[in-house]
Amino acid sequence: MVDVTLWAGLRPFADNQEVVRVDARTIREMLRKLEERYPGLHEPFRGQVAVAVNGVIYRNDWSQELPEGAEVMLMRRLAGG
Amino acid sequence: MSFDAAYQDQKLKSVGTRPLRPDGVDKVTGRARYGADFNMPGQLVARILRSPHAHARIKSIDTNRAEAVKGVKAIITAADLPDLTNGDAGTYAILDNCMAREKAMYDGHAVAAVAAIDEHAARKALKFIEVEYEVLPHVTDVDAAMEDDAPLVKDDVFTTGVEPAPTKPSNIANRAEFGHGDVEKGFGAADVIVERSYKTEQTHQGYIEPHACVANCNSDGSAELWVCTQGHFVYRQNCADLLGLEVSKLRVTSSEIGGGFGGKTHVWAEPVALALSRKAGRPVKLVMSREEVFRASGPTSATSIDVRIGATKDGKITAAEATLRYASGPYADMWAELGAMTSFACYDLENVKTVGLEILVNRPKTTAYRAPSAPMAAFAVESAIDELAHKIDMDAVDFRIKNAASEGTKSSYGPVYGPIGIGPTLRAAKEHPHMSAPLGKNQGRGMACGFWFNFGGQTCTDLNVNADGTVTLAVGTVDVGGSRASLSLIAAEELGIEYQDIKAVIADTATLGYNDMTDGSRGTFSTSMATISAARNAITVMRERAALTWDIPVEDVYWEDGHAHAAGAKHDNRAPLSVKELAAEAGNTGGPIAGHSELVADGAGVSFATHICDIEVDPETGSSRVVRYTVIQDAGKAVHPSYVEGQYQGGAAQGIGWALNEEYIYGEDGRLQNPGFLDYRIPVCSDLPMIDTQILEIPNPNHPYGVRGVGETSIVPPLAAIANAVSNAVGVRMAHIPISPPRILAALTDAADG
Repeated sequence: MVDVTLWAGLRPFADNQEVVRVDARTIREMLRKLEERYPGLHEPFRGQVAVAVNGVIYRNDWSQELPEGAEVMLMRRLAGG
Repeated sequence: MSFDAAYQDQKLKSVGTRPLRPDGVDKVTGRARYGADFNMPGQLVARILRSPHAHARIKSIDTNRAEAVKGVKAIITAADLPDLTNGDAGTYAILDNCMAREKAMYDGHAVAAVAAIDEHAARKALKFIEVEYEVLPHVTDVDAAMEDDAPLVKDDVFTTGVEPAPTKPSNIANRAEFGHGDVEKGFGAADVIVERSYKTEQTHQGYIEPHACVANCNSDGSAELWVCTQGHFVYRQNCADLLGLEVSKLRVTSSEIGGGFGGKTHVWAEPVALALSRKAGRPVKLVMSREEVFRASGPTSATSIDVRIGATKDGKITAAEATLRYASGPYADMWAELGAMTSFACYDLENVKTVGLEILVNRPKTTAYRAPSAPMAAFAVESAIDELAHKIDMDAVDFRIKNAASEGTKSSYGPVYGPIGIGPTLRAAKEHPHMSAPLGKNQGRGMACGFWFNFGGQTCTDLNVNADGTVTLAVGTVDVGGSRASLSLIAAEELGIEYQDIKAVIADTATLGYNDMTDGSRGTFSTSMATISAARNAITVMRERAALTWDIPVEDVYWEDGHAHAAGAKHDNRAPLSVKELAAEAGNTGGPIAGHSELVADGAGVSFATHICDIEVDPETGSSRVVRYTVIQDAGKAVHPSYVEGQYQGGAAQGIGWALNEEYIYGEDGRLQNPGFLDYRIPVCSDLPMIDTQILEIPNPNHPYGVRGVGETSIVPPLAAIANAVSNAVGVRMAHIPISPPRILAALTDAADG
């Protein structure tokens, strides 16, 4: 079980919650369950999301495991130069 | 990802050495082929007609007279690039930027293009294209665009990120907020508060090579594109989406690249060249002029930033906040958001709040520029930090050390940090001889810190062992800063062979799986991981081949120092087999030997740097000269230290130009006044001192050798380091970048007038 912090732009799609508790073992499962619960998140998640797990930012590796109680934050996918 | 990317402390033989770069001779002798150096039989020359207006509705375009010009083979407008984006706003923005549809959004926006048998005919035809414009009010300044009565760049943009959602359109495309704690309570606990507004002007990456490509569309739907880019796989996808091509039928080959720095992560002219080729039925070469590069590629944002920081007298920051306004050009992105995320990332703050506002203006589409958005935010914050240190009479380095983020700190943008390098870079700065060197007359010293995220991404690599035992390494990340040398070192390390026996090449999109582009400081970080994986896979094959040769179980074969060894007493008498020996017999042991890897390289790890700058200012003319400059940055592990140093020096050089001279200057008419290197002055060698570097190596736990990206962070601190140095030299706080001679003189005059 992890508490997932949403960036401000996502909150209107998730009943204006900042933090949502999700029972998930991987990033993939977490994103899927969030989408199932809040279908409005489907569009923002398409290629626009990154996930910080205990301070490490993941942009692609959705198989990354979420340790119990991990700090999980959704961020917009970063641009770089 | 099955590959174990965890850091392993090990003794390295090749990694960390400084061999000559494999592409060096070609580059210094002129043999290297850049975007404009490719040619095809029957090739046409393309030129683009651009809007002379900052904002105008396109009422009609008549190409009849132009089509009659002798030698003209094709003319296209937006009608030849139909909207195939299926409601995807991001792709539509790319399409609209490549060729204006209903409105020209900025001076230089493409409105039509010609392909002709030569440059003369193409230019002549441009003059005969008749465009009827309805000129609209424009706005180019970031603050002016926020005024209630500002002309609307787009009338269908409503600010996102605010509640309730606005009902009136606005040039403020998005609001993003970050932070934690209670800033007002924190300011209440402060003994001293610094509050100031800052501005930075728009700058261009200033890459020496303009955008250039050759496009060839065939009648069977296949197409080829030779192009100067930071990411040929991304260009392939963008062009296929915009032109309705099948991805597999569009083969994109990247040329050598004469600089990109983020500016070659987006398509600009390439879809236009492909559309012209499709219409003309012949290859088309399109090379942007320098003026076009300035007017119509993607510079970085102009900004307007308010910062407020409070601290106790003993040097503890109690609260920090910033409002950051970033100009986006006509297409909203996330530049202000990145500024808001990075602004206070160096510090451990109990109370912090940042707000980023994305502002639309009638200027070219903003794009990434090396650690995009971070340098401007760092300029504002590090200037205020410096001022605050002065006010509480505390050494600027000590003040930063006291408040620096460390492992376990909740970052200002949210996540908690793992092991990070800001503290070590600051302590290295404090101990560096530069900090205690005496200053001369009219000289000042400044220092500043910088942060960038870094990231990895999708990466695919092929490693082929040739018949003579040499190795070809095919990668899909464009080499923008010496990565072919670094990756060859990595392959040499893993295989246990000589660097000279490895040839790294950038494969085209038809011969390798998808790769994300070279951005986010990911080139060496990501592709080294894939190279390690590919090399280990090749070693597995070679162990199998040795086992076959010796007719022993593969479990009894181990790899060491570039040789297969038979393990255990029962095989003692067998001489080890080298890569060359295994390669020579490959035909009879199972065929070619290769290692392949496809992976996602995540866990890049954030990056920090500290810079020190001495500057001398002539109080009579306002001219300034950087007399000493030092870069201290964490590389995790420097694979090829010379190219790490080169990245540090290059970032500093670009930052110095940004801080002191570079500036997009727009007239009242909304047109760019200085689209050339004579009037837009980037620093040249004679402007700069030797930039000293110090590489720190704090291993990244998420890379086998501990590598971190190093390409971007070095441009983050210079704006602030220079502003602090000039401010300390002249005794006046400089809050407007670039700190050009007229601005210094004006500040000195204002100070003298009281």
